[in-house]
Amino acid sequence: MSIPSIIRILLLGIILVLGGLWIGQNVNLLPVDASLNAAVYDELFRVLFSIGTILFLGILGLVLFSLIKFRRRPGQQGDGLALEGNLSLEVFWTAVPAVVVLFIGLYSFDIYDRMGGMVPLNHGAHDHQQMDMQQNIWGGIGANVEVSNTDNALAALPVEVTALQYAFLFHYPKGDIISGELHVPKGQLVSLRLEAKDVIHAFWVPEFRIKQDVIPGQPTVLNFTATKTGRYSIVCAELCGPYHGSMRSAVVVDEADDYNTWFSNNAKTTVSEA
Amino acid sequence: MTAAIPPTSDEQLDHLQPTGWLRYFSFSLDHKVIGLQYLVCGFIFYLIGGLLGGAIRIELASPMSDFMARDVYNQVLTLHGTVMIFLWIVPVVNGAFGNYLIPFYVGARDMAFPRLNAVAFWMIPPAGLMLISSYFITGAAQSGWTAYPPLSITTPAAGQILWILSVLFLGGSSIFGGINFIATILKLRRPGLKLMQLPMYCWAMLGTSILVVLSTPVLAGTLILLSFDIVVHTGFFNPGLGGNAVVYQHLFWFYSHPAVYIMVLPAFGLVSEILPAHCRKPLFGYTTMVYSIMTIVVLGLVVWAHHMFTSGTPPWMRLFFTIATSFIAVPTGIKFFNWLATLWGGRISLNSAVLFSCGFIVNFVFGGITGVMLAQVPFDIHVHDTYFVVAHFHYVVYGGSVFVIFAAIYHWYPKITGRMLNEHLGRFHFLITFIGFNLCFAPQHWLGLNGMPRRVAEYDPQFTFINQLSSAGALLMALSTLPFLWNVVQSAINGPIAGDNPWKALTPEWLTSSPPPVENWTGEAPLVTEPYGYGVTEEQFQKTATNNSDRRSSDQ
Ligand code: HEM
Ligand SMILES: [Cu+2]
Ligand SMILES: [Cu+2]
Repeated sequence: MSIPSIIRILLLGIILVLGGLWIGQNVNLLPVDASLNAAVYDELFRVLFSIGTILFLGILGLVLFSLIKFRRRPGQQGDGLALEGNLSLEVFWTAVPAVVVLFIGLYSFDIYDRMGGMVPLNHGAHDHQQMDMQQNIWGGIGANVEVSNTDNALAALPVEVTALQYAFLFHYPKGDIISGELHVPKGQLVSLRLEAKDVIHAFWVPEFRIKQDVIPGQPTVLNFTATKTGRYSIVCAELCGPYHGSMRSAVVVDEADDYNTWFSNNAKTTVSEA
Repeated sequence: MTAAIPPTSDEQLDHLQPTGWLRYFSFSLDHKVIGLQYLVCGFIFYLIGGLLGGAIRIELASPMSDFMARDVYNQVLTLHGTVMIFLWIVPVVNGAFGNYLIPFYVGARDMAFPRLNAVAFWMIPPAGLMLISSYFITGAAQSGWTAYPPLSITTPAAGQILWILSVLFLGGSSIFGGINFIATILKLRRPGLKLMQLPMYCWAMLGTSILVVLSTPVLAGTLILLSFDIVVHTGFFNPGLGGNAVVYQHLFWFYSHPAVYIMVLPAFGLVSEILPAHCRKPLFGYTTMVYSIMTIVVLGLVVWAHHMFTSGTPPWMRLFFTIATSFIAVPTGIKFFNWLATLWGGRISLNSAVLFSCGFIVNFVFGGITGVMLAQVPFDIHVHDTYFVVAHFHYVVYGGSVFVIFAAIYHWYPKITGRMLNEHLGRFHFLITFIGFNLCFAPQHWLGLNGMPRRVAEYDPQFTFINQLSSAGALLMALSTLPFLWNVVQSAINGPIAGDNPWKALTPEWLTSSPPPVENWTGEAPLVTEPYGYGVTEEQFQKTATNNSDRRSSDQ
């Protein structure tokens, strides 16, 4: 291979990488980010989107180039090059993807950790007498919060979510509120404990980038902190019957004051507000 | 096992088996007849599955549920998935091409167990008919092709039971086929033919059949337990009776993740046959191809829980399956780079077979990239069970396997019928399939990212336009089958005569007449030790390139 062609390839590679990075960082395919998770998620998305774009455009380019450059011209006879393999090339394209994939795996592990995904699910359940009353948590993000030790303001706001065909019910143990919509204060950690009555459903808020199946007989947990006030859809994402497509609710994120007003208007039992 | 070899069976078969078109409706033992039975039967189910898919896209052209009743919609989407997987892709990439090609490739006159082979095929039409007719008789199953309990236990039982029966039959057929392929490849090879001299499709089928034999019985057992839950109210998967609904998901995906490789590994094999013949080059990296296939087989068995990241799975499990799944991209990547290197420096005929193969490469790379994204737990938690996943798997299953099926039909049609297909129509078919497919499925990635779940009949009106775009793509895909069907029928009657080896290919099926005789060769089977022995040296390549006058001016 001559020097100019190596330079040309290098140049093309650099353009490809820069172009892919640009697309990955600047093309926005996601809805607004309204939770702490969402910001972290979007960071991961941009990295994966950049790597994906570089790879895809590179391979697309190679295919198109080969098809044009090495196409059989009219009247042309004879075979192509007798290349049966090339050990160093093959080692190269085994090693590079392995490193890329390893990087992606470690990076997404880090992201998942920052989302609270690696916190043991049944954290805090052990040294309590209610331990046998407390059901095992089977999956989710973040630790299960117990109602009894949430009286201080810094602790998570616990909400019990029940899914049934075709609605979500939200129970606030603190004020004994039952609501068809989820109300949460902005900036406050919320801990959902989810369980289904009939079939499997899934709790999804696209603007929060979180989802958790809601399973009969196997409670799950989902912790999040909303960061933008507004009203967002809660979508059921697991086929649960004929009306699955209309199984929706909403989460209302309010400033703390507005939330407190809502809470005291609805609370059945008086609780000490912090 | 001896049935395939004795020379006397020649006359025997002639007496016992119908000849002419009738034999395609008979319990024929000829592997080529059985292969074609699989292919045509599969294609009919593809048309049915396509109609069902079209019905889904019509419903989704508007955000309201206004085209079908809601429970009918769920029946339609369940049937669509089941038909496409179990009655179209799996039987065609395995049964159809496997039966047609494997005996040629190993230098045998038939499969190892011809009778089992015929039984395996003849289990399919009744099972398919049962599945389709369940819609008319009792109402079909409504719980998706995944049939997750408790939903599948609580929806109308008759349809679900017929669904289970039909899938059990199809699974059984698939296991019989798998056993037969393993035996044929390992035991019926012509003396002197070594494993590492086999055409790559044999390796792909060996790997696939291992997956079939290991994982399909698990599906069968799981579905039998599910049917107990439905019929006699046992509580294996029913939380109301103390069962565990998530265990079903583990068992189901222990089969169904390997199932995706059962759908795509044979397609990888077919592409490895098609590209070298039309690029006039050896298949690049034969040995690494073989090892990648086997690595995919092993890894494919330990990644199933990536379908359950939002289910009842603890953190460590989510993490383990992320890493294992991501690493499948490495052997898969090797295969793609090998194909790219096979294109490089070739003398590529840009015919329909090559266009569909290259369309496959492009589509599958896209689907593989979204696959690796989905393998990352934190990424998947947002898009699981949304249209992003629908887009991903259509890119790999349709953009991958179905594109390869078309490429394979364009490639082997001259061998099967003795006549050539019309190339202009073929390229036109490719063009509208490629455009229609991408128009249909690319926008679905955006839908999933922005909040549209899968398996819904109604959706947020903000998604209307993108859904209509996708439906327009589906319409184009439906139309694209017309030139294909016309071409296949028309050319069978008066296409130009192909001759024995129109592509000047080196694999054994081309070294006999077109169509091949019963028992494949009139004399002894040829010993092909270099199925990919194409190619010239660098100097000769340059010479043939510059000999050509119209080339000299444009490129020096
Ligand atoms: C690079 C290789 C691949 C990776 C890393 C990968 C990864 C994944 C992941 C993580 C999911 C789960 C997504 C979710 O439900 O949230 C998935 C779904 C799926 N994949 Fe792939 N995939 C790959 C290749 C394939 C291939 C080759 C096929 C089939 C030919 C395939 C077919 C499917 C199907 C059918 C589903 C959806 C199943 C369902 O829920 O109905 N994938 N893939
Ligand atoms: Cu639902
Ligand atoms: Cu999978």
